[in-house]
Amino acid sequence: MTVTEDRPNYKWVGTRPIRPDGYDKVVGKARFAADLNLPGQLHAAILRSPHGHARVLSIDTTAAEAMPGVKAVVTSADFPELDASNPERDVAENLMARGVVLYVGHALAAVAASTKAEAAAAVAAIEVEYELLPVVLSLDESMAEGAPLVNEHNVTMFVESDGPSNLATVNALERGDVDAAFEAADLVVEREFETAWVHQGYIEPHACVVDVGLDGKADIWASSQGHFRVRSQTAAVLGWDTARVKVTPAEIGGGFGGKTTIYLEPVAVRLSEKSGRPVKIVMSREEVLRATGPAPASKARVRIAATNDGELTAIEGWLGYAVGCTNDMAGFIGAMSVASYKFPNLKLEATASLTNTPKSAAYRAPSAPQAAFAIESVIDEIAQQLDMDPIELRLKNAVVEGDPTAMGMPHPRIGFVECLEAIRESDHYRSPVPEGAARGIGTGFWFNIGEQSSATVNLNEDGTATVITGSPDIGGSRASMALMAAEELGIDVHRITPVVADTESVGFTDVTEGSRATFATGMAVVNACRELIDELKARAATILGVDADAVDWLDGEAVADGKDPLSLAAITAKAKGTGGPLTVTASLNAGGAGPSFAVHCCDLAVDEETGQVTILGYTAAQDAGTAIHPSYVEGQMQGGTVQGIGWALNEEYIYDDEGSMENASFLDYRVPVASDLPMIGTIIVEVPNPAHPYGVRGVGETGIVPPMATIANAISRATSVRMTSLPMSPPKILAALDDR
Amino acid sequence: MSSMKRSRTHVTCTVNGDEVDFLASDDTSLLDALRDELGLTGAKEGCGTGDCGACSVLVDGRVNCSCLMFAPEAEGSDIVTVEGIAQGDQLHPLQQTFLEGAALQCGICTPGFLVSAKALLDENPDPTETEIRYALAGNLCRCTGYDKIVRSVQEAAVQLRGATR
Repeated sequence: MTVTEDRPNYKWVGTRPIRPDGYDKVVGKARFAADLNLPGQLHAAILRSPHGHARVLSIDTTAAEAMPGVKAVVTSADFPELDASNPERDVAENLMARGVVLYVGHALAAVAASTKAEAAAAVAAIEVEYELLPVVLSLDESMAEGAPLVNEHNVTMFVESDGPSNLATVNALERGDVDAAFEAADLVVEREFETAWVHQGYIEPHACVVDVGLDGKADIWASSQGHFRVRSQTAAVLGWDTARVKVTPAEIGGGFGGKTTIYLEPVAVRLSEKSGRPVKIVMSREEVLRATGPAPASKARVRIAATNDGELTAIEGWLGYAVGCTNDMAGFIGAMSVASYKFPNLKLEATASLTNTPKSAAYRAPSAPQAAFAIESVIDEIAQQLDMDPIELRLKNAVVEGDPTAMGMPHPRIGFVECLEAIRESDHYRSPVPEGAARGIGTGFWFNIGEQSSATVNLNEDGTATVITGSPDIGGSRASMALMAAEELGIDVHRITPVVADTESVGFTDVTEGSRATFATGMAVVNACRELIDELKARAATILGVDADAVDWLDGEAVADGKDPLSLAAITAKAKGTGGPLTVTASLNAGGAGPSFAVHCCDLAVDEETGQVTILGYTAAQDAGTAIHPSYVEGQMQGGTVQGIGWALNEEYIYDDEGSMENASFLDYRVPVASDLPMIGTIIVEVPNPAHPYGVRGVGETGIVPPMATIANAISRATSVRMTSLPMSPPKILAALDDR
Repeated sequence: MSSMKRSRTHVTCTVNGDEVDFLASDDTSLLDALRDELGLTGAKEGCGTGDCGACSVLVDGRVNCSCLMFAPEAEGSDIVTVEGIAQGDQLHPLQQTFLEGAALQCGICTPGFLVSAKALLDENPDPTETEIRYALAGNLCRCTGYDKIVRSVQEAAVQLRGATR
């Protein structure tokens, strides 16, 4: 179901063609990172720290180098030491520890050998002497007075620094007079919350194949959310010129933010250089969980003031994020994400602090889910205490265009109210709550970003087109690019081939993050098409013998008074005689990414004997601006929602006292499976983003923000127990029910 | 050269209707043999521990995690991978409904889901939604939330029942 404002009548935008890359994916032909093999290729394995924090006194690779099949061994000694001013130093030291290991799983050395088994055997023969250092595993330990230092390179951002610290960031936002507002309030609700480490859980482990030629250039085939970032980070870590690195994007088997940074490629480059052979590295699932991007664990303290008629007058809060072993902006972004309600008085402090756990990575709307869990829970409790409908309370306080964000800047045109109304009017919300169940509401949003993109559109001799971009396609973006180009050029979408090209075949394009691909890369495609249409009109004028400004472009044809229309194909057929090939490249740094709001509604039942929560019904409404391919917009909404359900109910990193993850497998780190879930209903709300030619807002991030509070709010209504700790697993729910 | 001479077993089996043979050491998984010896990279390794189902193949008509089976165990068996589901240039109805129903986003789990769903529909042409969800519970998808996968299996079941009526 779609709620649509008045908008132009599009021919292709908003339709649901089969995605062009889909055929290869249903017959097993699509090539993901681990699917490429090169002649003479070696297999690499990585030695990882068994300790949560230790000084590396020595690494002896002599025995490993003498093992059968071993062709090359590397340690940090094979990489340049980057200085503190290098923005990729943390990445470099994460992918190969230098002197100190900072978490269990931290890479220390790598071996390339003829077979995987030989590489693994050689890794086991590397001898390392460690001096154990104190391990810091939680936010409280990290921030405690006199806490052991997690990472001697870390200095606190946004405040005057007096040397290394565990604090990553400290920042505060304030407006109005919070103290006076709380004094004057009719009702104040205050709660503390905590959330666990969770992983993005992409099904494809990180992998790459690298071949360094005798010309000193590295050819990298890898799965990532941005092959230009793979290039720049790899070059930076190696101290190379960017031009020495070529990255070809493999199909990517899920990222969700976790594949916006590198772990393997420079290691494979050095192994390939040393061995003179192509090198393949594929992480195991255990390595993925122990050494790549979890989202930060968090704590929050939130206090909200309200009047008896449901006006939210003030918020005071503290957000804390445990960000792993290197600096991270989670706290800063978390505070920024508190921007859904008018709150005339606001005081927020946010902190991120380091722990001896993996370097955290972006995960869908990074930092916002943790903050929204806290705030949306407290708001729901206010609705309960005021006996107000939770949607009415939110409608009364929801931000609209011009209202300030937490940072103070005004919101652009946004669709929060429209999403609240869409859920209020939905069949789901208007239906009676099922017997024995309860219903919860939660909301969330994400800013989205623009950034740099390039697109080249080539018109072929027969009037077909190739649309070349540099944004890896994670969830159907090639289909979206083709649809926007079809709409612009006025040709059938099936006559357009969308391609994601390597770093040497398309202009620079930033990583696919912040739900920017369809927005920003799409805008580059539209701009290239519009420039092509100007050129097509000029060519048509030549062919027709009229002035260029006498030609219009309508429905894929050049039209001029008194002349037969010329189709695009008729013009491309005469390209040679009218000025040569028809090709345009457009690039931009896109501004005006429109925030996307979502409102979720969940029915669930709690088994009070086992503590098990069963989701019975779920509907998500989200503002897509304009849905270019509605099926893949729905897919983003459903996928984000289910990741949020996993975060809410099951998923957590469980560490032992030494910082070793005790559940480093998909058996024990349990993500939702089909039998855990009902259908996930979707309502696409379309409040066009005025900054995009078709009104697009990114939709990838927001879906994961509302589910945790939505579910906690339903549990509260089912059991009268307010859950404040994620995951809301059966043991925690049973304990809370016992305390009731 | 390696001083450790690894013994390799000669394995003969049927893969997607073709009789094939290959050499595999005793600790080679069927998944690695399919991918590395036969070049059939449709089945994926998502976990290597039988928890994600991305490596699902049919062995004598039953769904197996090929990462949990040793290649020599495949001797004499009839194996179907995602590459063998289509009939010539005709996609299997499941493949068609997955495409039309947008049941894949990144596509890494898709081969395993198609194999598991085919095994279900071969056995039970008219499954309930719950039966579909349980039949696919051994396959992890992190992109779709399963909604469009389940719907596409339902639609394929309808089409297949129509075709066999």
